[in-house]
Amino acid sequence: MAISGSEREAFEKQLEAYVGLDIGLEDIGKDRVNAAMVRHWCEAMGDSCGAYTDPALAAESVHGELVAPPTMLQAWILGGVGMASDESDPRDKQKELHRIFDAHGFSGVVATNTEQEYTRYLKMGDEIRARTVIEEISEQKATGLGIGYFINTRTTFRDQNDTEVGWLTFRVLKFEIAEVPVAAETAETGAPSRPQRLRPAMAHDNQWWWECVDKGELAIQRCSGCEALRHPPRPMCGECQSSEWDFVFSTGQGTVHSYVVIRHPEVPGYTYPLVVAVVDLEEGTRFVSNVVDVDPGDVEIGMAVQATIELVDDEMKLPVFRPA
Amino acid sequence: MPTTLKDQAAIVGIGETEYSKNSGRSELSLASEACRAAIKDAGLTPADIDGMTTFTMDTSDEIEVARAVGVGDLTFYSRTPHGGGAAIGVMHQAVMAVATGSAKAVLVYRALNGRSGARYSEGVSGGPTTSDLIHWSWYMPSGLMTPASWVAMVTQRYMHETGCTSRDLAEVCLAQREHAVKNPRAFFYQKPLTLEEHQAARAIVEPLRLYDCCQETDGGSACVVVSPEMARDLPNPPAMIRSVAQAAGAHQESMTSFYRPTLTDLPEVDLVARQCWEMSGLGPEDIDAAVIYDAFSSIVLWQLESYGFCKKGQAADFIRDGALRLDGRLPTNTHGGQLSEAYVHGMNGVNEGVRLIRGTSSSQPAKNEHVLVTAGVGVPTSGMILGQI
Repeated sequence: MAISGSEREAFEKQLEAYVGLDIGLEDIGKDRVNAAMVRHWCEAMGDSCGAYTDPALAAESVHGELVAPPTMLQAWILGGVGMASDESDPRDKQKELHRIFDAHGFSGVVATNTEQEYTRYLKMGDEIRARTVIEEISEQKATGLGIGYFINTRTTFRDQNDTEVGWLTFRVLKFEIAEVPVAAETAETGAPSRPQRLRPAMAHDNQWWWECVDKGELAIQRCSGCEALRHPPRPMCGECQSSEWDFVFSTGQGTVHSYVVIRHPEVPGYTYPLVVAVVDLEEGTRFVSNVVDVDPGDVEIGMAVQATIELVDDEMKLPVFRPA
Repeated sequence: MPTTLKDQAAIVGIGETEYSKNSGRSELSLASEACRAAIKDAGLTPADIDGMTTFTMDTSDEIEVARAVGVGDLTFYSRTPHGGGAAIGVMHQAVMAVATGSAKAVLVYRALNGRSGARYSEGVSGGPTTSDLIHWSWYMPSGLMTPASWVAMVTQRYMHETGCTSRDLAEVCLAQREHAVKNPRAFFYQKPLTLEEHQAARAIVEPLRLYDCCQETDGGSACVVVSPEMARDLPNPPAMIRSVAQAAGAHQESMTSFYRPTLTDLPEVDLVARQCWEMSGLGPEDIDAAVIYDAFSSIVLWQLESYGFCKKGQAADFIRDGALRLDGRLPTNTHGGQLSEAYVHGMNGVNEGVRLIRGTSSSQPAKNEHVLVTAGVGVPTSGMILGQI
């Protein structure tokens, strides 16, 4: 539960003291604006503008020389891999503020939006530094993620002449993570943790067959009148019209009669590309199911396969084929 | 009472909505608009209509359409099942109604928001526990749930047995696209297709690639069937129905007849063909042009074989030199078909058959005495032969 009453009042008063504060550290670009970093950025972003990467084209452009993409602004002062470290500079007021939130139960953090403005194009050799101010802390908000507070910061970028070249604002939500974790909630309701395959509809004529599958057997219906095997099951024999039947168990051995490789549409619960085959079982009936553990390109008509019954999702058993 | 359906009825009016990917209105609205257009084209008024028939899959009830269009008393109404297999089954119903005097003028219609509404490409899933759902339940757990996947299963075996290749399938698509390019109603109007584009397109369900599969369309299509006597007094040249037939084959499943001794056999199509020839007294050599149901490119090849335009297993050879094109042996799907005009469950094909007889197709062959029109494949199906009055 979120803090309330006098505790909340004291907490929010504590927050107020941070509004308007410079975070106390200056971010200084580790490298001057340079062609190599620009080229890497452009490759990653798919930006082919010649003014960024082609000196000859850039010379003919309005810039007269190579410039950096404006949206790289923040890249020039980022801390690199070191940013992932848990250690932080004790002077960092922004981190200090976050720790206060953490201590009061608002340990979740998510970035929500950012805005940028550029004063001029950066040129090769520019040296960029930035200072950040905590601009605003919102009142308590109820969000989809939980109860929390939005923190707005504004970072101002300057060059080697201490002239402003742009700014960015950044907003994060510090929030109280829901008390009931998602996993526990689904365990309680019995909802599956991942999409499941479509279930067969069950009725008199087919339920017995699926019960055999659950016991690990691939059954084939057999007419008690003429002993003809038939699949899919039906209530009456098309050969002799007998309504009496029992069943035998297949060895699961067979050969691929035809097959498909399904690529579209992708239905949740199935893995694509999905191979489905019509298999001639050695007993003489056919059975349709997946061929698994095989490269789709290696499946061919006439290929020997063996069925085994296994779980194809959290709960459903299905006879599936593998190359024999 | 007639003992044959030969020349017992004629199609005198055709109508359709625009074909689009998002109609922005109800299926009932599309059905009503197509029906109104067909009645007007026939030179009749809604009060002249006394019979109506459509697909079981159509969501617009006959009496709802009747009220919308202004049709009054009905003495005949019926539904035909099995998706596109019903395309000429509904014509069979209309002809029987007219031939027996159950109705004088039957409105046949089909309308669907096939792209913006329920998309057939998304496959089958739940619903009430019927024998139909039990049937699909043999395939849902393994993910074999879409029309493309069911047809691909038979296509793979057909290619294995006959040596037909993806490039052969492409010829069906290219010939039909050539027609669609000239048809302003077609989605692919003025948009040609090359063999390279066909081969480079993504696989939907191997061995079927994108352009081997029909479109999904929002639209409606309708026609009016009356007796030959009544037809003679109406403004447009009638398309006489020389023969019309339905059939389900042995070991038939809806789209998944995978348990037949020969997987690639289509006894129901063979049986419709046999009835069409016997009833009309005609043969493949008498057919000048065709509208062959084309939910997928491969099914066009199989029907060419079943109707006897070539021997079994030799359709790829038959079409390789352009037989399906306008100057070929059998100009086929001159509207672009469902691959390239629109997918209206074959009812847009009925209308094209009528245009071919009238001589008004955007790809009109020189000779148009007799036209074959067929319906869905892999399901219980139907077909008819149209001729001049």
